[in-house]
Amino acid sequence: MGSTNTAKVDRYKNNFLKEVEENVEEGDWVRMCMQCGVCAGSCPLGPHWDHPPQEIFMMIRAGKRDEVLASDSMWMCTSCYNCIVRCPRELPITHIMHGLANYAHRLGVAHQENPTRRFAQMFWNNVTKTGRANELKISLGLYFMDGFMNGIKKSLAMKKIGIGMFMTGRLDPFGLVQGRGCKGSGDIDKMLKKAFEIEDHRKGYNS
Amino acid sequence: MAKYTYSFYPGCSSEKKASASNMMTSVETMCSKLDIQLNEIPDWNCCSASIGYCGGGELPRLAMNARNIALSEQHNPEQDIVATCAACWLGTRECQERIRQSETILTDTLEVLKEAGLERHFKNEVKVRHMVESLIEDIGYEEMAAPVVKPLEGVKVAGYVGCQTNRPFGIDGESFENPKYLDKIVETVGGEPIEDYDKKVTCCGGALAFSEPEKSFAQIKDIVESAHDRGADLIVTPCPVCQMNVEIYQQQINHQYGTSFNMPVTYYSQLMSVAYGSSAKEAGLNGQIIRAKKLEDIAGK
Ligand code: SF4
Ligand code: SF4
Repeated sequence: MGSTNTAKVDRYKNNFLKEVEENVEEGDWVRMCMQCGVCAGSCPLGPHWDHPPQEIFMMIRAGKRDEVLASDSMWMCTSCYNCIVRCPRELPITHIMHGLANYAHRLGVAHQENPTRRFAQMFWNNVTKTGRANELKISLGLYFMDGFMNGIKKSLAMKKIGIGMFMTGRLDPFGLVQGRGCKGSGDIDKMLKKAFEIEDHRKGYNS
Repeated sequence: MAKYTYSFYPGCSSEKKASASNMMTSVETMCSKLDIQLNEIPDWNCCSASIGYCGGGELPRLAMNARNIALSEQHNPEQDIVATCAACWLGTRECQERIRQSETILTDTLEVLKEAGLERHFKNEVKVRHMVESLIEDIGYEEMAAPVVKPLEGVKVAGYVGCQTNRPFGIDGESFENPKYLDKIVETVGGEPIEDYDKKVTCCGGALAFSEPEKSFAQIKDIVESAHDRGADLIVTPCPVCQMNVEIYQQQINHQYGTSFNMPVTYYSQLMSVAYGSSAKEAGLNGQIIRAKKLEDIAGK
């Protein structure tokens, strides 16, 4: 992955805007931003963003590649779509944030400790394994993300909720009924393999 | 033949023993009273939700949703897809639009679908809708009021619309900042909507309520507090993620903020089921972690 990152740096030199336009989902919208700041006041977890979307767009234009890609700001996006419906220039901001986060993640330069990044990858692995989400395994995976002892602590803290969900028939304690998955999970595997092959090729992730 | 027929995309959280199984119970009850037939998309898969962006990127996520569209067009032709989950609706509809906007993405998607022999079924013409959208636009408030036998008199309801049922697509052309359709549904079943519920479109944190719980608790606290301060008996929502986040963390929030919330959070379909004369069980009320006492009492009358 490191080599892909180096290849991108070599290829785009100091033109980070062009790199974003050509590699990031919906990245070709970035130049349309007029810096009005509406999006910056729209994020629910706003206080936790080092750089709100408006600033990220400015930094992209200023070529601050490392700072943008390693930032954990994009990972604070809750996908609330406030920004999209408010932006006077109609930028698909949510998708650009997701796209930037995904790009940094694929290049191996994303914020390492960010819990959302790790949770999100786990979620994807879970749902693509059988084609459907298994909520028990997702929750347990989340609690045990930081190692065994931490996992025990977090599970205990969440125990009441788990028991409540189980008692009301909303959690399958053995993961047996819920999330058994799709009959066509073999098809889904093949489709996803193909999809990654095409996307990796287009975006030069294997170089 | 039912009066209304849809191709149904229930989504992972609606499965048996999953977090929104109580919504599913009430949706089935509500639909039977309104003569709506839901034909499940055979072997549907997860939409991969918004949070799928990290592992899935663009094309693989589109592939997941395109498979559902193709299966629906193959098995339930001529029927609109209806989803009960905001994320499923959004994921499917976004996928449809993204593919329509780009020849390259269309070509790529067809090549991917070929792996499952689905490319010839994928027309991408089906309408993708949210259940609430179909209720309002196809069935209408008047027809929704017809089966009411137990109006929810005196029940004060804070209509919590949340994010993804509302943005970016919206329902019935209503405003993104102050949608009123949930209030109208509450009125339709004889309840009392809290019209100045200022947190009606505030984000609950979504998937970040799992990965960043402390940061999301501030959001959830606001959502519950505003309903509480306005004298709500319960919060009602159309979204499975909102429902779960706003209901299950209240104890932890009480612990952290010294509050004493115990606010039931139910689905619109549960209100409707109760008003239509169903039992508490048929309305999925046994699935509430914080019991909706007022609704249970009406259902038990
Ligand atoms: S709201 Fe739109 S135009 Fe304004 S700063 Fe944000 S992205 Fe730029
Ligand atoms: S969708 Fe993401 S970027 Fe947009 S306002 Fe919400 S949190 Fe901020």
